[in-house]
Amino acid sequence: MRKVTVFPKSNEVKREKIASTLLGSSVILLFLISWELLFQFRFVNPLFISSPSRVVLALLTIIMDGSLLQNLIISGQEFVFGYGVAILLGFPIGIMLGWFKLVRAAFGPFIAAMQATPRIALMPLFIIWFGLGITSKIVIVLLSAIFPLIVNLQVAMSTIDNDLIHVARAYGASRWQVFRSIALPTTLPFLITGLRLAAGRGLLGVIVAEVFGGAAGLGYMIQYAGSTFQTDKVFAGVLVVAFTGITLDFTLDRLGRHFDRWRGEVAVH
Amino acid sequence: MKEAILERSSVAAANGYAALAFKLDGSHREPPESFVKRPVKLSIKDLVIGYLDKQSGHTMVAVDNVTLDIREGEFVTIVGLSGCGKSTFLNAIAGLVKHQHGEIRVNDRIVTGPGMDRAVVFQKASLLPWRKVGRNITYGLELSGMKPAAAREKAGYYVNLVRLNGFEDHYPHQLSGGMQQRVNLARALACDPEVLLLDEPFAALDAITRELMQNELLELCEKVGKTVLMVTHQIDEAVLLSDRVIIFSSRPAYVLADIRIPIERPRKSVIKDSEEFRRLMNEIWRVIEGNANIGGGI
Ligand SMILES: Nc1ncnc2c1ncn2[C@@H]1O[C@H](COP(=O)(O)OP(=O)(O)O)[C@@H](O)[C@H]1O
Ligand SMILES: [Mg+2]
Repeated sequence: MRKVTVFPKSNEVKREKIASTLLGSSVILLFLISWELLFQFRFVNPLFISSPSRVVLALLTIIMDGSLLQNLIISGQEFVFGYGVAILLGFPIGIMLGWFKLVRAAFGPFIAAMQATPRIALMPLFIIWFGLGITSKIVIVLLSAIFPLIVNLQVAMSTIDNDLIHVARAYGASRWQVFRSIALPTTLPFLITGLRLAAGRGLLGVIVAEVFGGAAGLGYMIQYAGSTFQTDKVFAGVLVVAFTGITLDFTLDRLGRHFDRWRGEVAVH
Repeated sequence: MKEAILERSSVAAANGYAALAFKLDGSHREPPESFVKRPVKLSIKDLVIGYLDKQSGHTMVAVDNVTLDIREGEFVTIVGLSGCGKSTFLNAIAGLVKHQHGEIRVNDRIVTGPGMDRAVVFQKASLLPWRKVGRNITYGLELSGMKPAAAREKAGYYVNLVRLNGFEDHYPHQLSGGMQQRVNLARALACDPEVLLLDEPFAALDAITRELMQNELLELCEKVGKTVLMVTHQIDEAVLLSDRVIIFSSRPAYVLADIRIPIERPRKSVIKDSEEFRRLMNEIWRVIEGNANIGGGI
């Protein structure tokens, strides 16, 4: 029998990972400590910069008195509805733009023009049309999130492998079968990318819309805290927003990896 | 050997041509002349195919008046210089390219487009990268409306035949080029087509893998007894595998010669060393060479 050489499992990759994690966290820690010191020794007007410890305190306060949850629910509603409708509309629109030449020729320029318009500048109009309530925010989220989806799906359709279509046709596939078995799977990674971008833009849309013309929600809370010089609360609000964004992005990234297994980052051989 | 003959006879019998079933006394397959007794599977009459040049408005003729009959169980190979119109011809039979004149019949039915009675294996494996091997092999069957489970059952025989068992759960990118091309072949065979069309199926593989795959195809074809039309520009490949070799002229393609390969089956790749094999290769090469010199086609 031939002897097969087997090397022991190497820890090199793991060690490198730990080292880089340590390095990254120590920079953040250093930043927080310097910030705290800057505050404690009154180098800058404490009214303006707050401090990590006071931000944590403010965070605990808004958690305890329920105001955070209350605002989170309102902002969450605006985001979920706007984002949901953006997916429901953006997905078919992007696919149709990519799949049908005629649709692209007809609506391509219109959509490009829409995309170039800064959505938030339309906020005053939306407030007139839909009021200060949740609806005007949903519209902003929708308009912020829909374009990354449309663009990504349209691009996805242009990356379809023509050889695969050739093979499918040779096996007698109908246009619909080509679409289902080749075009749709091709769009999946692009859809995930689109969803990630759209989530970021949508979140930004919620906050900016509430800061500009809100009566409730996280953005309003931040804006109100700022105008009353509650710097701690501003930072606490920003922290919550950032955390939400990171969590959302991480989840979608994971989802993307799940659907991308066939691409070979997790090759077996 | 006995097994191969058994397979053949059962396939032939299942096809309703009991008379073609082979005796089980271990006799070799009949020499190619005997194909004359068999029904014509693929019939091409006066086929003309042209491509319209959109800039000049002229139609460039790629295939010019080709007539060809292929009988049940026959393995026919077309050789010719690259660019002469072989793929065009094959694609027309597959129903992917329209012809301007003449007709193509499979089992006496006129071909108007792609269909399940033909299956093509292209040079590029073109597997769906997001499908595992198993679902790639059943792709053609699924397109014909079969449920994945039923398709898997039907394809199972061919998975074994091309020795892919155990690889059903791999993704295409995890396979070597030769393995990918086997999946491609299995995908075509799973549809159980009347005519199998192969367009330079091994041209993209390295020399060693190509030889191994040729031997496998040889063995496989002798087992299943499919009617095959293959395109290649490897003369030794053509002689090894075929009952007949058709030589196409340089563009526009017409039939220069139709050469019978009277080597007994089952064949082994060692026949490449035989006198007869070399004589046939030379004969084919001289026809191609003569045409290239006259036509200045290189
Ligand atoms: N889709 C097409 N449109 C126009 N011309 C083509 C097309 N496909 C092939 N041709 C031309 O037809 C001729 C034959 O091509 P092909 O059948 O691919 O040759 P082969 O397979 O023998 O190498 C070539 O000159 C090629 O340029
Ligand atoms: Mg070719």
